[in-house]
Amino acid sequence: MSNSQQTPGIVPNRLPEEAYQDNFSDLHPRLDDHEALVAADRCYFCHDAPCMEACPTTIDIPLFIRQIATGTPKAAALTILEQNILGGMCARVCPTETLCEEVCVRETAEGNPVEIGRLQRYATDTVMEAHPFARADATGKTVAVVGAGPAGLSAAHRLAMHGHDVVLYDARAKAGGLNEFGIASYKSVDNFAAREVDWLLSIGGIEVKLGQALGNGLQLDELQTRYDAVFLGVGLAGVNALRCDGEDKDNVLDAVEFISDLRQAEDLSSLPVGRHVVVIGGGMTAVDAAVQAKLLGAEDVSLVYRRGRDRMGASEFEQDLASSKGVRIITHAAPTAIHGNGAVAEIEFAYTTDGANGLEETGESFRLRADQVLKAIGQTLGDANGLEIDGGKIKVGETGRTSRSGVWAGGDCASGGDDLTVTAVAEGRDAAEDIHATLMGG
Amino acid sequence: MADLHSTFLGIESPNPFWLASAPPTDKEYNVRRAFEAGWGGVVWKTLGEAGPPVVNVNGPRYGAIHGADRRLLGLNNIELITDRPLEVNLEEITRVKKDYPDRAVIVSLMVPCEEEPWRKILREVELTGADGVELNFGCPHGMAERGMGSAVGQVPEYIQMVTEWVKKHSHLPCIVKLTPNITNILGPAQAAKAGGADAVSLINTINSITSVNLDMMSPEPMIDGMGTHGGYCGPAVKPIAMNMVAEIARNEKTAGIPISGIGGVTTWRDAAEFMALGASNVQVCTAAMTYGFKVVQEMISGLSQWMDEKGHASTADFVGLATPKVTDWQHLNLDHITKAEINQDDCIKCGRCYAACEDTSHQAIEMSEDRIFTVKDDECVACNLCVNVCPVEGCITMRTLAPGEVDERTGMVVPAVDDKRTWLQHPNNPSADPNMCIVRGQ
Repeated sequence: MSNSQQTPGIVPNRLPEEAYQDNFSDLHPRLDDHEALVAADRCYFCHDAPCMEACPTTIDIPLFIRQIATGTPKAAALTILEQNILGGMCARVCPTETLCEEVCVRETAEGNPVEIGRLQRYATDTVMEAHPFARADATGKTVAVVGAGPAGLSAAHRLAMHGHDVVLYDARAKAGGLNEFGIASYKSVDNFAAREVDWLLSIGGIEVKLGQALGNGLQLDELQTRYDAVFLGVGLAGVNALRCDGEDKDNVLDAVEFISDLRQAEDLSSLPVGRHVVVIGGGMTAVDAAVQAKLLGAEDVSLVYRRGRDRMGASEFEQDLASSKGVRIITHAAPTAIHGNGAVAEIEFAYTTDGANGLEETGESFRLRADQVLKAIGQTLGDANGLEIDGGKIKVGETGRTSRSGVWAGGDCASGGDDLTVTAVAEGRDAAEDIHATLMGG
Repeated sequence: MADLHSTFLGIESPNPFWLASAPPTDKEYNVRRAFEAGWGGVVWKTLGEAGPPVVNVNGPRYGAIHGADRRLLGLNNIELITDRPLEVNLEEITRVKKDYPDRAVIVSLMVPCEEEPWRKILREVELTGADGVELNFGCPHGMAERGMGSAVGQVPEYIQMVTEWVKKHSHLPCIVKLTPNITNILGPAQAAKAGGADAVSLINTINSITSVNLDMMSPEPMIDGMGTHGGYCGPAVKPIAMNMVAEIARNEKTAGIPISGIGGVTTWRDAAEFMALGASNVQVCTAAMTYGFKVVQEMISGLSQWMDEKGHASTADFVGLATPKVTDWQHLNLDHITKAEINQDDCIKCGRCYAACEDTSHQAIEMSEDRIFTVKDDECVACNLCVNVCPVEGCITMRTLAPGEVDERTGMVVPAVDDKRTWLQHPNNPSADPNMCIVRGQ
């Protein structure tokens, strides 16, 4: 029997069958040829373009848009992919509104930037059938890349392209990292993350070994004896705790796990979701979890963040997206207790204010009904095998060199840079170039 | 609202906007729609002599050049004169003129270069009640191969001879339409005048190949794998047409002959510009073929508003007002100094001015680390390229240095207004009269 949005508890099938298809369809569908030409026409081909500067992978955006405008989208794709091998995924998940499109001069001029992200998708989609790069002659060098997320994939590809033999390890049963497990479903439809990984690996020279992680089957000492260099792109395996009473009650879950389960589900209607869902946190993960809980049919979803909107990690676009899907955003409220008999029934918050000594509780509090609580308050580094740590992450130099010679790191696990897919790709690429220079120079 | 009434060679029309001889004026149906939309007059598409009409190609007849957003900038055609029987056209002209007595109906003609065919067709045209004739000496394709069209227009003696026949055999006002496919427009214009023409109209279309099909390796429009040059028109040809109009208007041997201006007139402003250079009215084709007959409504309202603003009571008031300002280069004031100025409030920081100046001109624009663009007065030659490439109209302007100011580039003090120096007084001119030469400290 089918459930409804009002069915109590955590149940599947809250919506009619066809609603799932609609709710989880492509957030920004591919531009058709005409739309792409119209959008490309708007680019001014700026000198030393601000968009290019704002891109962590420094894609030559004016050039690729001009290549689209002149009828050569495959050339445009190469311009993108030479800088960012995961240009396809970045076109889908990049917060362009805070990167390239934010600084577009047409945003300055008219408040309406060139649709760079969608044009990037238009271009990259044209080369997903066949891999466009070839490997250099074999160097005889071997590199271990630990973590098959954006940083590891980017590093592995660049190293393979330079002729090195790469072994790519990942803890999960599937490669892709957050692209595969951690991004809202409507940003990567039709199994794109997995297809992109297959396409990337088809350059050759990359052997994938799954189910192994640092500290769980892999040790740096041992890796360094077997390989000429090691790159770590292990991400953040741990999850922060709320540190409030009742956190151990049933149905208080990590948002990353909720998203991961959703991404791997064959049939979205079979996924159970609460009637009253509360998401705690203010970043992209919080928004992805809250929006998807709503799209799965939760009657009400609240996203509660302890500081003001301006401090939220999620961009204004993401916040608006959440609001437009019916998510209620509550700010300046910190969880103090989770109530319920066995399972969560209510969650209590203290109102906060930005005081002289940081965040202070105002003394007022309120409760929200909740049969499911999703925690999205940040992630932490797992086993770092004794590498030097800086601010909770593996300490690295500009090209990803760690405190240990012969070991590089990049992506979310490494210090510096925003925790974005595109930043991870840049760091993986740059570390790979440094590894290449080091291996070949020596 | 200013009165747009126009009198050209004694032919009255409610406004100076006529449709040129072309496909839009080939049939009664089209011409009636044009008059209903508000056009002041038409030049009926060229009639040939009685008998089997010409045959047009049945593949594409037009090629095009597009600007941003697929805006049609230039159109080329390989259509011939009317391919409908002479008697059908004559009947239709008669009916239309009878129903629209206040509109100008001119008949374009092209028959073989012999006196008798001209005599015959003129007699038949007179019976229609048409207001005048236009001699098509311009059509550059097809008909020229048969000794007509531009084959006549390129030989001044033929122009004069045929014009004389027309004046001898008809009382109708005679307009000679000139081809631009010659080295100097003054020769044909003088010949028309010598032959007794009442007016000239110009320009006809320009020999052109608009594109090449790179798969078939054939020019386009492509007819069964082959192409031929066509006649080019539209906004792209306006500068060429305006120069030719101005040359005729300002040259003492041709000055005074009434001119009907043709070539890329798309807006009221284009019409005002042609008329300011000496055309008494304008003829339009491509704008109507691109947007439909309704465009004339903007031309009417725009010209009317502008005339009101300038205090012109009649369209004759501003004809030729700019003609005396058209001069030879040698008469330009070489001591007139301007410098580019960038309005920082309007600047959107695209940097196109910088790229243009730095790469292709005089390195006269400074770019700061934070993308502030400023003009270096000591390098700026006032070429205006930055103004032309800036996407924001009015953002970069040219400031004229007042007498007494110093040109930082040359060190010269700008002389008094009445002390100007042209090339004829310049010491660097080897042909200048040494007694006339004015040397400035620079």
